[in-house]
Amino acid sequence: MPRKTAFMSQWNQVTTVHASVLLSGCMNSVEQKIYVELNSTVPCVRLLNATHQIGCQSSISGDTGVLHVLETEADLDWILSTGPHPPYMVVMEAAFFTRSTMVKMKNSSRVAGVAVIKSNTGPTEGFSPHTSCPNQNTGVYTEHYGPELANCNNTVWNPLGNGLSYEDFAFPIFSLKDDNQTQVIRKCYEDHNMRMNGSAPQYPLCAMQLFSHMHAVTDTVTCMRRTDLQNSFSINPEKLCDPLSDFNVWTSIRPLNNSIKGHKENESVVIAAARLDGRSFFWDIAPSAEGTVSSIVTLLAAAQALYPVALEAPPQRNIFFTFFQGVSRGVKMHLKMPVQLIWSNYISFGMLKTIIIISSLWMHSDPVSRKNTTVNKQVANLVANIKSVASSLNLSLNEPSATQALPPSSFQRFLRVRPVPGLVLADHQASFTNRYYESLYDTATYLNVTYPSDLSPEQQLEYETEAAKSLTQVATLVARSIYKQAGGEDRFLNNITADTKTVAKLLYGFLIMSNNSWFSSLLPPEALGRGSILGLVITHIINTLTSVTRFVQFILANMTGTVTKLNQSQCQNPKDVPGESKDLYSYSWVSGPVSVNGTTDPYCVRSSVHLSKALSPAFELTDYGSREYSTWTESRWKTIRARIFLVASPQLEMMTLGVGVAVLLVSLVVTYFISSKAELLFSATREPPNTTY
Amino acid sequence: MTAAVFFGCAFIAFGPAFALFIFTIARDPLRVIIFIAGAFFWLLSLLLSSLVWFIAMKASNAEDTKVQKGLLIFGVMFSVLIQEVFRFAYYRLLRKANEGLAAISDEETSPISVRQMAYVAGLGFGIISGAFSMINILSDSLGPGTVGIFGDSQYYFITSALMTLAITLLHTFWGVVFFEGCEKSRWWVIAVVVCLHLLVSGLSLLNPLYEGSLPPVYAVTVLMAVWAFFSSGGSLHNLSLLFTSKRSEVESS
Repeated sequence: MPRKTAFMSQWNQVTTVHASVLLSGCMNSVEQKIYVELNSTVPCVRLLNATHQIGCQSSISGDTGVLHVLETEADLDWILSTGPHPPYMVVMEAAFFTRSTMVKMKNSSRVAGVAVIKSNTGPTEGFSPHTSCPNQNTGVYTEHYGPELANCNNTVWNPLGNGLSYEDFAFPIFSLKDDNQTQVIRKCYEDHNMRMNGSAPQYPLCAMQLFSHMHAVTDTVTCMRRTDLQNSFSINPEKLCDPLSDFNVWTSIRPLNNSIKGHKENESVVIAAARLDGRSFFWDIAPSAEGTVSSIVTLLAAAQALYPVALEAPPQRNIFFTFFQGVSRGVKMHLKMPVQLIWSNYISFGMLKTIIIISSLWMHSDPVSRKNTTVNKQVANLVANIKSVASSLNLSLNEPSATQALPPSSFQRFLRVRPVPGLVLADHQASFTNRYYESLYDTATYLNVTYPSDLSPEQQLEYETEAAKSLTQVATLVARSIYKQAGGEDRFLNNITADTKTVAKLLYGFLIMSNNSWFSSLLPPEALGRGSILGLVITHIINTLTSVTRFVQFILANMTGTVTKLNQSQCQNPKDVPGESKDLYSYSWVSGPVSVNGTTDPYCVRSSVHLSKALSPAFELTDYGSREYSTWTESRWKTIRARIFLVASPQLEMMTLGVGVAVLLVSLVVTYFISSKAELLFSATREPPNTTY
Repeated sequence: MTAAVFFGCAFIAFGPAFALFIFTIARDPLRVIIFIAGAFFWLLSLLLSSLVWFIAMKASNAEDTKVQKGLLIFGVMFSVLIQEVFRFAYYRLLRKANEGLAAISDEETSPISVRQMAYVAGLGFGIISGAFSMINILSDSLGPGTVGIFGDSQYYFITSALMTLAITLLHTFWGVVFFEGCEKSRWWVIAVVVCLHLLVSGLSLLNPLYEGSLPPVYAVTVLMAVWAFFSSGGSLHNLSLLFTSKRSEVESS
């Protein structure tokens, strides 16, 4: 940029401040010559629970380190022991992001931070930053209930889990996409930091600074105590952390009256449940394709398949479709159901990965509760029902060994309260077959949801992938099994079929792009105006509804609800409209299909879809150190950014300071001297002193 | 770069100016007023010249680098001329003020001579010019990075500080010489001052070829220092007196 160089050096002559104020936006021209800001940064943030903190943080003014790209083992030695310019900022390929490397760096004081370059597909041997025994302390198996199955004694569910997500790092860890920005970083490294013939590189060296200071420390108890102090005494209280919360979504075939509270004895229901959340090592990025999306899509498709038949020929028992938050961290789901019912017959979804042919589906059950004969009989009945439906669909379904534990799922929390007969449907027999459980790489590609490249987005929306076809079969299986279990008649079973197109659209919307015409038509008009709701994130979020929860809510409303002729004000307040009841139903004003010229035709949908807040009871009881309930909170922060620049040698800096001090002292001395002798020196205007002696 | 560079560059750029201010100006309120007013006049000249440059820049094609470079050179030259015009204007103002000061003082003569006013005015010009050159750069030198990722020289901060120091001193000397030239009606002196100012500004356009700009500028500074010394009443005789009196002091003690 020769023009800019000339510019800059002249500005100190002429109009420095003027130019920088008038020309640039936020950065003045000198800053632009020094720093390169990195645009898309994905940090790892700090989470706290009752006793520990996990995650990463930087110091308040950022962590700076000399860049080093980690490509070989020799590089690791250089960083950890032999390199002469510590601390180092490590840039590593995804292949090196393993537990052994990270633990070595965690224990070293020569590492200022880590930036991981994410690759499109994960390492072939698999990568899961979650623990190897998910929900270890929050599941149903404890010393008092099935001790031989507790702590994964019986089956290690996530054998590839390295537990990185649950470590506490004292330096920032960011994730970088492998794009132009990363090329800039690599080029800077190659130009300035490469070793020549084994000798150390010379100053100036390329360095990177990462900012991700977290406000909360130690554990949830400390953080909430400090937040309470702020709230009591500060004029401008600042929250330090937020409890992880979101909303569960549920609906029922027969609507429940919200205003009635209390028990209804001897009523049993069928619950079909799936999880709504997921996470990864980094913040706000959790594609969770196999982990979560597959089960959401299957359950939605099953709901859509079942509803028309269930309304026409209602089964004996009520059927609930529920989507639970917080399964990944074992939150007790506070359902706030209006009527407390005796649960019976619970079908929950584990993970469903699709393969071209569904060769294996497994039904997991809890052996401890099955020791009770009534429960065992009911579970066996459920299994028989499902098997009969599966045989009519040519699907093969198996049960794992009778002594195997129940995999981690929302069902475990129900079992903690009382023994309920139920099953978890999953694609794995023993350990998870998901090689990227709760990691960045559990994406659409891993789930084989890929589209031919020549399709437009609208065509991709409608395109039926193999994955869609497989999941449709599972959805049909589930819908028919639920109907049969709820006491529906067999002759209606063949009418229940899931729609492959719907499943394809759901997969596209949840995995590829949520800003598509179908999703937009199901959302309220005000959600469309804000761009943010259409950004997809399946993760824990704090206090507000995530977009995924919103999508599931409105998609379910569309599939199971009816269109009414109410106008907007009636839709928002249907108390006065005859025949409508706000207690039984929920009314939503949705925008409808967007026409060619951009106008929408909104209408009112009446459905029995409800939201219930998924906040851990520990926060409502203010028992922040609770061992019984989940106490996860996420820290707050101010800035997350990263930038690269060159650093000069300390010798040059000290020399500058030395010269400066010397100039100052010399000028002070000389000026004092001259000003004291000024009369003598500048006296030519006066008569010269008489020199005749 | 860091705090060390920040303080180092600040001391280099403003050390002598600070020393001069402390020892010669700060005690006398009249000198302080003349100093501040001189700074203000320089600011006015800066405002005017940057306005002209800004309009010219906006009116031209922003993409054409040759035109922008040409406009920059034009801007620099125009600014030098405007600064000298304002220096002359300040001289006229101070002459008028001198008569006023003489009238209100107890003695017949003004409390401050034109030579002293010249020096103070020059220093005012110099310090404000240095401040505007250097403050932005100093604030960026506090951060952890140094210039260079886009291929520029890493000595940017130090050379800027040295240049600022030279400019500050040069403005002081030019003020002295210029006012003397105006007093004695020696117009060639003014022409030489303007030419030297143009030369120094033009040399700075050579940056980042720092070898081409800094040594000549410092040579001009030394030259101007000698000229200013002689034009403000100094002489070799006084210098020798200075040393002999020192020796006699030493002998007598």
